[in-house]
Amino acid sequence: MSVEDLLRREAPQVLSALTRRYGHFDLCEDAVQEALLAAATQWRSSVPDSPRGWLLTVASRRLTDRLRAESARLRREAAVASTDSLVAPPADEERPADHDDTLTLLFLCCHPTLSAPSQVALTLRAVGGLTTAEIARAFFVPEATMAQRISRAKQRLRGAGFTVPPGTEWAPRLGAVLHVLYLIFNEGYTTTSGPALHRPDLTREAIRLARGVHRMLPDDGEVAGLLALMLLNDARRAARVRPGGTLIPLEEQDRASWDREAIAEGVALVSSALTAAPLGPYQVQAAIAAVHAEAPTAQDTDWPQIVKLYEVLLRIAPNPMAALSHAVAVAMVDGPQAGLELLDRLDDASRAALGHRLDAVRGHLLDLAGDAAAARGAYLAAARGTTSVPEQRYLQARATRIAQEFPP
Amino acid sequence: MKYLLLIYNNPATYEAMPEGERNALFADVDRIMDELKNSGEFVGGQGLADPSQSKTVRVRDGVPAVTDGPYVEAKEQMGGYLIVDCDTVERAVEIAASWPDAKYFAMEVRPIMGTAGADV
Repeated sequence: MSVEDLLRREAPQVLSALTRRYGHFDLCEDAVQEALLAAATQWRSSVPDSPRGWLLTVASRRLTDRLRAESARLRREAAVASTDSLVAPPADEERPADHDDTLTLLFLCCHPTLSAPSQVALTLRAVGGLTTAEIARAFFVPEATMAQRISRAKQRLRGAGFTVPPGTEWAPRLGAVLHVLYLIFNEGYTTTSGPALHRPDLTREAIRLARGVHRMLPDDGEVAGLLALMLLNDARRAARVRPGGTLIPLEEQDRASWDREAIAEGVALVSSALTAAPLGPYQVQAAIAAVHAEAPTAQDTDWPQIVKLYEVLLRIAPNPMAALSHAVAVAMVDGPQAGLELLDRLDDASRAALGHRLDAVRGHLLDLAGDAAAARGAYLAAARGTTSVPEQRYLQARATRIAQEFPP
Repeated sequence: MKYLLLIYNNPATYEAMPEGERNALFADVDRIMDELKNSGEFVGGQGLADPSQSKTVRVRDGVPAVTDGPYVEAKEQMGGYLIVDCDTVERAVEIAASWPDAKYFAMEVRPIMGTAGADV
């Protein structure tokens, strides 16, 4: 295991132990980051025998320094802390609570008082062990901006308890954690170009964190569903973009380059979750991804099955994106006109939420229906509506191709 | 989502302004900049030199032609820009509305394109 991987694995354990013992999550988090940075340079020659003990000792020392620098009240608390418990436990002491603590940390970082971008940034730093500079590069903002965002998020969490949410709060809070992991995954997954060398692999990080949550909560169907969905999508990552950043639609992808191992793992995960746990939206989306992944060719896709799954998804978690995808699936079974009729029935709120995606799908269905002029207009409208460079190039290319095939 | 906030103004208007009013305007700018840096929304931004210092460059038949002055003939010119990273377009508009030039001239809010592409 590389020093970096070792540090990333230990980071949440050390932070949890420190926060549990001293409180002051914000100060503990700073102290752990400093200990990680110190380790990253000092461990290059040799890794200490007990990495966790080393990190705990260094972070505890940094924390006391910080606490001393704080107000008189905090100074008194530091005095208490330094006399009774500053001796770090040995690194091989595997407390059974360690694993639950990482989950507690995730619940805290994905606290409902924080905005989604703050939840994402804090999770990557406190649980993922990424540095502020790495997170800033990943989101294309200056380091000072990201540092301020993380610092504000931590300030907002002052007073929030370091505990697992009780009873009825559990499900929505876990939902927030899963949503944040999914956002991190998509941030990496949708990357098509840019300074990839400097961008930490957010996709891999999201999968690593989701694996961790799945290990802690093996019976939760939605956790398994999310992990399966990530694996099934990630399996296609290499096939979805041409060199230069041009997007390749699913039906034109080279299926031989899909990652069969990831697909097998994702399919196994979602299959067992679907039979063993209550149904949830991540499981259904993973099931849809599995149907695509298991089709040997695009023509072999079991579209009737996909239509049924989208109908389940719309029943348990209605949302405009699912309605749009459902219309595409229906078009594949009953023809483009049937899909277009479903689009016409979308309400105004859904239309507004879908924006250029609705135009893009309309263009696709009108193209299938043979209405070249209308398809071209819809593609161009979608191209003007998107803020994604690769999507815009793809949509403009579609519109141009139609113009060449069917000159006005 | 990142937005470019284009600041449009006419330098002559500010030149003709009483000094107190002009200083109040600069104080407003400082205050908003602090607010944006504290909130973690500030990505970048600069003021631009007077439009009279612009050069407009055109290449025709491979031959560059350089003229003094801005591309678009108008009294109001772009005087600077901000890049902000906001949760919503409403927030970007709110920032634009708080910028002093919006009171005298106008601010333009433009979404910035990204390199991420969802499945097609």
